Amino acid sequence: MTNLFLLQLLNGVQLGILLFLIAAGLTLVFGIMDFVNLAHGVIYMVGAYLLVSFARMTGGYWTGLALTLPTVLILGLALELLVFRHLYDRSHLDQVLATFGLVMVVTEAVQIIWGAAPLTAAMPEALSGSIPLIGPLRYPVFRLAIIAAGLLTGLGLWYIITRTRIGMRLRAGATHRGIVSALGVDIGKLFSLIFAFGAMLAGFAGALVAPILSVDPGMGESVLILAFVVIVIGGIGSIKGAFAGALLVGIVDTLGRSFGPIVLRAVLEPAAAGQAGRVLAPMLVYILMAMVLAVRPAGLFGAKA
Amino acid sequence: MRGRALAATLIFAAFAAVPPLAYWANDPYLIVIASRIVAFAIAALALDLILGYGGMVSFGHAAFVGIGAYSVAILGQAGITDLMLQLLAAIVAASAFALVTGAISLRTRGVYFIMITLAFAQMAYFFFVSLSAYGGDDGMTLSSRSTLFGSDMLRDDGIFFYVSLGLLGALFLIATRIVGSRFGRVLRGSRENALRMNAIGFSPFRYQLVAYVISGAMASVAGVVLANQTKFVSPAFMNWHVSGELIVMVVLGGVGNLIGAVFGAVVALVLQEFLGAFTDHWQLWFGLILVGVTLASRDGVGGLVRRLTGGKR
Amino acid sequence: MTRKMLTILAATTCLAGPAAAQDDDTLKIGVLLTLSGPAAVLGEQARDGFQLAADEIGEIGGMTTEIIIADDEQKPDIAANKARELVERDGADIVVGPIFSNIAGAIVQPVTEGGAILISPNAGPSNLAGAECNKAFFSVSYQNDQNHEVMGAYAKGQGYDNVFLIAPNYQAGQDSLAGFKHSYDGGVAGELFTQLGQLDFSAELAQIAAMQPDAVFAFMPGGMGVNLVKQYRQAGLETIPFLSAFTVDESTLPAQQDAAVGFFSGTNWAPDLDTEKNKAFVAAFEEKFGKVPASYAAHGYDAAYLIDAAVRAAGGVGDKDALIAALEAADFDSVRGDFAFGPNHFPVQDFYLAEVVKRDDGMFATSIVEPIFEDYADTYVGDCQMD
Repeated sequence: MTNLFLLQLLNGVQLGILLFLIAAGLTLVFGIMDFVNLAHGVIYMVGAYLLVSFARMTGGYWTGLALTLPTVLILGLALELLVFRHLYDRSHLDQVLATFGLVMVVTEAVQIIWGAAPLTAAMPEALSGSIPLIGPLRYPVFRLAIIAAGLLTGLGLWYIITRTRIGMRLRAGATHRGIVSALGVDIGKLFSLIFAFGAMLAGFAGALVAPILSVDPGMGESVLILAFVVIVIGGIGSIKGAFAGALLVGIVDTLGRSFGPIVLRAVLEPAAAGQAGRVLAPMLVYILMAMVLAVRPAGLFGAKA
Repeated sequence: MRGRALAATLIFAAFAAVPPLAYWANDPYLIVIASRIVAFAIAALALDLILGYGGMVSFGHAAFVGIGAYSVAILGQAGITDLMLQLLAAIVAASAFALVTGAISLRTRGVYFIMITLAFAQMAYFFFVSLSAYGGDDGMTLSSRSTLFGSDMLRDDGIFFYVSLGLLGALFLIATRIVGSRFGRVLRGSRENALRMNAIGFSPFRYQLVAYVISGAMASVAGVVLANQTKFVSPAFMNWHVSGELIVMVVLGGVGNLIGAVFGAVVALVLQEFLGAFTDHWQLWFGLILVGVTLASRDGVGGLVRRLTGGKR
Repeated sequence: MTRKMLTILAATTCLAGPAAAQDDDTLKIGVLLTLSGPAAVLGEQARDGFQLAADEIGEIGGMTTEIIIADDEQKPDIAANKARELVERDGADIVVGPIFSNIAGAIVQPVTEGGAILISPNAGPSNLAGAECNKAFFSVSYQNDQNHEVMGAYAKGQGYDNVFLIAPNYQAGQDSLAGFKHSYDGGVAGELFTQLGQLDFSAELAQIAAMQPDAVFAFMPGGMGVNLVKQYRQAGLETIPFLSAFTVDESTLPAQQDAAVGFFSGTNWAPDLDTEKNKAFVAAFEEKFGKVPASYAAHGYDAAYLIDAAVRAAGGVGDKDALIAALEAADFDSVRGDFAFGPNHFPVQDFYLAEVVKRDDGMFATSIVEPIFEDYADTYVGDCQMD
C-alpha cells in the first residue's frame, strides 16, 4: 500500500510537471501583459502535431524536436504580430472573443492539414522501456525524462526572471509599464519576446507528450481549462505559483482518482462509496480551486486582489 | 437611448415575422432555428445583465441553462408537465444555486471570478453526468413538450415559438427596468468604483449578489425553452463551451446594452447556420470572423453597425 | 446544399420565393454523423463506407438518389435540430446515423415522428433494443453490450479468475462493464471508472501493476484508447492479456501502431472476415481512401446495400409499412455473410475474438482469431413490444 502510494505520488508529480510546462507560458503572458489567451492550448496542440510531422520527416524524435521548437517560436511571433499585438490595450472580453475565434481557426486548420484521426509519434529509442521501482512496480523512463525536463525548465525560468537583466525588465515592465518604456526599453519588443517564448514552452510541452498521448484535435482544449485552473490556484503571473499549483492539481487529481474510492469505502457502504467516488473524482480539481479561492481570492501566490 | 429602443423594436419585429415568412417560403424548419435562437438570446440577455452592468464575467452561465433544462426533464418524468410550474421550479433551483455559488464567487475579482464561476459550472456538469437516473452522460429524451394551461398546444412549432418569444420579450422588459432603476445605477456604480460605493453607504456585495441571482434565474428560463425546443436534455447543455459561446454572443453584440446581447445571439447562430450551409469547415470562417470583428471594432458587431450607420451610442 | 443556403438567405434577407416542391421520384437519404471534433474519425469511417456503397450501387433502390450529409458535432441538441432539418426541410425518407448512443436518444424521435426511418451504423443503446424499441428504427451494427459480452465469454472460456475492469465514467462505460460481467462469472480484481476524456492513465496502470491480474478488460473509445494502449505497453504490462471492446480498432490503430499488436478485441466484423463481399469491400475501401476500414465503415456499407434491397422490394418509399417489412427481411448481401434482424430490429449475428496484427503491407488491422458466439441476439430483445 505504501509502495503504491509512493508510485501514485510520482505519477501525480509527473502530471503536475506537465501542467506546469503549459501553465508557465500562460501565466507569463497573463501576469506580465495582462492578457487572457485562450489560444494557448491550441499552440500546445500544434507543437504536438508539428513534432509528429517533423519526426516522421527526419526519422527521429530528437531531430523532430529540434525543428519543432523554432517553428513554434516563429508561429508565436507571427500570431503576436498579426493578432495579439493589437489587443494589448483592449478589455479582457475583447481578448477572450478574439482568442476564442483563434481557437476555432487553429483547431479547424489542424483538422484540414492533418485529418481528424488521432496520430502518434514514436518514442525515442534511448528513453523507451521502463525501469523497476519497487517490487513488481515499474516506471516508464520517458515519464522520468518529462519530470526532469520540467524541473530544468522551471529552474531556467526562475534564473532568467530573478537573476538576469531581461528578467529585471520583465518584472519592471509588468508593474510600471510607462516608466520602463520612458527609460528607453522597447516594451513592444519585450512583449513579443515573452509571447513567443510562452508559445514555445507550450509547443515544447506538446512535443513532450506526443509519444505518450494521442495527438488529436481535442487535446488542446482539455488541457487549457486545467492550465487555467493551475494558474488561478497558484496566483496569476507567478511562476512559483504556477509550479506549486501544477503540482497540487497533479497530485490531488491522481491521488483522488486512485485512493478516493478506498477512503470513501472506509466510511460508506461499498455501493454508495463507488457511486460517491464516481461523482466526486472528476470534481475534485474544481473543488480544490473553489476552496483555494474562497480562502485566498487571489490564489496562493497572487499579489493583486 | 432612442436608437436602442428602435433597434429592439426592429429585432423583435423581425423575430415575430419569422413564422409567416417560414410558411410563405414553405420552410417550417426556419421556425425551429428561430426558437433555438430565442433560447440562446434569453441566456445571453441574462449574462449581459451582470456582465455588462455589473462587470461580472461569468464563465459558468451554462450551468443555469442546464438547471432549467433538467427542471423540465425531472418534473416531466414525475408527471408534472405544466410549463408554469416547470418555470417556477427552474427559477427556484437556479436562484438557490446562484445564491450559494455567487456568495463564494463574489469574494474574488476579475479573472479569478471568471475561473471560479467556471469551477462551479464544471461541478454541476459532472454532477449531472453521474446522475444515472436521468440518463447520466447520455441525457434523456422528453416524451413531449410541456403543457400550457392543461393544453398541449406547445406541440405546434409556431405557438411554441411565440410563447418563447413572449418569454424573451418579458425578460427583456424586466431587465430594461432593472438597469434603469436605482438598483441598476448602484450596480453600475459598483462596477466603476466599489470603494466609493462603500464610502457612500452601499455594500456592493449585496447588490452584486442579487444581480447574480436574478441573472441565474433568467438563464434558467433559457434552459426551459431549450429543453422543450429539442425535446431532449443532456449535461452537454452545461459544457463550458456553451458558457464560452454565451460570452461570445454578448461581446459580439456589444456589452452592456441588453438588446446587443439578443442581437449577438442572432448574429452568432445565423452566421453558424449560414456558414455551415457553405462549407464543412465553418468553424474556420466563424473563428476568422470573430478575430476580424474584434480587431476592427471595440464594441462588437453592434458597435460596427453603429459606426457604419453613423449613429451615436 | 444550395437550396438550403438559399432558404437561409431568404430568411435573413427576405428575398426568395417559395421553395421548390418536393420530388416524389427521388430517394432522399440523410446521413447524420459526427464529422467534427475529436471523434470525427468515426463518423468519417461510416460516411466513407456508406458513400462507397452508394457509388457502387448508383441508383439506390432503382431511384434517383440524393444523399444529404450533415454533421451532428457530437452535440445532442445540435443533432436533434439537424435531424429535424433533414426530415422536415430536406424531406429525407431515410436517415443513416448516428455514431454515439446519446445522439441516438436525441434524434430517434425527430426522425421517426417526422415519418422517416432511422438506420444506425453504430449506436445501439439498450433502451432502443428493449422497452423503447421503435418500428422505424433499425440498427445494422449491434447492441452496445454485445461486444463486451463477447470478451466476458472469452475470459470465462480461458478460465480467468482475476480480471481487472476499466472504463470511462459515463453511461456507456458503466454499461460496458455490466455487459462484460453478464457473460463472465469469475473473480474481479478491481473495477475502475476513469474520467471521461482522461489523458493520463499512470495512476490506473500502477494499480494494475500492483495487482497483477490474469487479464485486463478495457472499454476506452477514441483518443482515450490510444493513450491507454500506448501507456499500457510503456508501463511494461504487456505480459498481462489486454481484452477490450471499441478500444483497438482500425480508427485508433493508425495512432496506436505497434503498441497494440497482440491486444484482443470483441467484434462482429474484422477486415479479414472471410466472405466474398467483405474482400471486395475492404479492397475497394483501401484503394479509394488509402486506409483500412473499421467496423463503422463496414456497417455504413451494409446500411446502403440494405436500403437498396429494401426499397427495391417495397417498390419505392411511398408505402412505409411495406418498406419496414422489406427492411426487416434484410434480403441483401452483407459483408458479414448471413445477416438477419431480430424482432427488435437489431441484428442476430456471429461474434468473434479479434487480435491486432501488423499486416505485410505495414498497415495495422484487427484479425479474426476464433468465433465466440453464433447467431447471437442481444439480451434486451425480450423487453421489446412492437405494436
